[in-house]
Amino acid sequence: MSIKQPSVLPGFGLTFGFTTFFLCAIVLLPLAALVVVATSTTWHDFVHLVLSPRALGSYRLSFGASALAATINLVFGFVIAWTLTRYDFPGRKLIDALIDMPFALPTAVSGIALTTVFAQNGWIGQYLEPFGIKVAYTWIGVTVALTLIGMPFAVRSMQPALLEVQHDLEDAAETLGAGRFYVFRRIILPTVLPALLTGFTLAFARAVGEYGSVIFIAGNLPMKTEITPLLIVIRLEEFDYKGAAALGFVMLVISFVVLLTINLLQGWGRRRLIQAAR
Amino acid sequence: MAAAPVTLQEDLASRPGRDTIASHLIRWAFITVSLLFLAGLLFAPLATVFFMALEKGVHAYLQSFADPDTASAIRLTLTTAAVVVPVNTLFGLAASWAIAKFEFTGKSFLITLIDLPLAVSPVISGMVYVLLFGLQGWFGNWLQDHDISIIFALPGIMLATMLVTFPYVARELIPLMQQVGNDEEEAAITLGAGGWMTFFRVTLPKVRWGLVYGVILCNARAMGEFGAVSVVSGHIRGLTNTMPLHIEILYNEYNFVGAFAVASLLTLLAVVTLVVKTLVERTGYRRR
Repeated sequence: MSIKQPSVLPGFGLTFGFTTFFLCAIVLLPLAALVVVATSTTWHDFVHLVLSPRALGSYRLSFGASALAATINLVFGFVIAWTLTRYDFPGRKLIDALIDMPFALPTAVSGIALTTVFAQNGWIGQYLEPFGIKVAYTWIGVTVALTLIGMPFAVRSMQPALLEVQHDLEDAAETLGAGRFYVFRRIILPTVLPALLTGFTLAFARAVGEYGSVIFIAGNLPMKTEITPLLIVIRLEEFDYKGAAALGFVMLVISFVVLLTINLLQGWGRRRLIQAAR
Repeated sequence: MAAAPVTLQEDLASRPGRDTIASHLIRWAFITVSLLFLAGLLFAPLATVFFMALEKGVHAYLQSFADPDTASAIRLTLTTAAVVVPVNTLFGLAASWAIAKFEFTGKSFLITLIDLPLAVSPVISGMVYVLLFGLQGWFGNWLQDHDISIIFALPGIMLATMLVTFPYVARELIPLMQQVGNDEEEAAITLGAGGWMTFFRVTLPKVRWGLVYGVILCNARAMGEFGAVSVVSGHIRGLTNTMPLHIEILYNEYNFVGAFAVASLLTLLAVVTLVVKTLVERTGYRRR
């Protein structure tokens, strides 16, 4: 009994074998080590490590700032995706290409660059300072960095969906007397809703694990501006492997949940497109 | 992108009722908000990198690369990428051949597992190797007895980078290979071509642009990886510091010209990556 359907093409054994071997060696075995180390502590110790006040403070910042950043990306990502798909203006192609920049740019580079721009004497920071808004070394700075990191994911998942919106439907609705906002709410929004939620979730998933760009702009004060990945690094530097693994395990579980959500959302989006095509 | 947006004139010609003041206002509001948002969040930081690097003149900029620690960081990053990128390319080719050319049980599960490193925090990707090979890790004692260092040394940096950049080539190639189909390969095999010949003469030419972009993206991420490498490197100056880690050290020492000079190299690498992406997309290859 073979797991594979017959094919005239050769090389299944070789490529499948290499793929699974390499996957196990580089990804699955190391991740299994994390799970084993994290779960080898007693339940009492695990709860103590994972629910310590400092850990709770880091979750609050990591998940709060990530959710806020993903929400900002939901709104502005939609505006940018709408602008790039609906309107033509000089430099549109260049801007479209630059959307992927945060994805290609090393996180350490975006970290030091954002900190410089938003510092008290920075290009943007100096104009926010008189209003009492401090961005660098506060939770606002963390949110700014996470917004930049998630931006390409939000825009890129909304763009194809906006191209799918059928213009004749909009025209028909307007001919029948629908107002601009009504058309948006009843025709455009339902079409792009799965993509909006996917974009939000992808941006959130990316932000929760982000480390490089955040540590420069956050003040890294325990309980205040310390993200969970940083707390993991601190635990590792203290050679507290169990503490680090326990926190890592919590993040891993949340990553899985988010990954599952993304898959469900994308499946939902595809089904809706198929239904719409009928 | 599939269809280019219509120009204002075309839009108004086909939809005369659209030529209202409100339409124009909304149009300009959207464009302005988009540009302002991107200017503050993306363009200003990008400009800052080069502005800060050249703040004390071109001479100081070039001088910062003469620093032996900077030179060794650049060398280490190039060495790491020279190992990680070919290995991950080989994996990407094997994985995409197995997944795109054959139907088998558990295929979508395998694809999810390949995507897994994208969902995991880079810090965790580094930490798992510390748990395995670190001094107090599973194999720590054995490695120490045999005088092999993985953590705080080159092999650890390579492993962590490999895990983080693991999916990039495969992710570009799998959808592309699925899209182009198997007909030509089946014809080649039926006509007596061998497996390798079919791969090099039929498959590779069809997917070469996707492969080029996958490799370039994998390279950019490998050279720029910070979190995972930071955990396993030990930050030994001139020895285990990659370019992104060296940026952190210079920056924390208030050597801004040096930090941003190294950052400018990585920014240029990102720009090259995006240019290649744009060129590849122009050849007609599409992601989705």
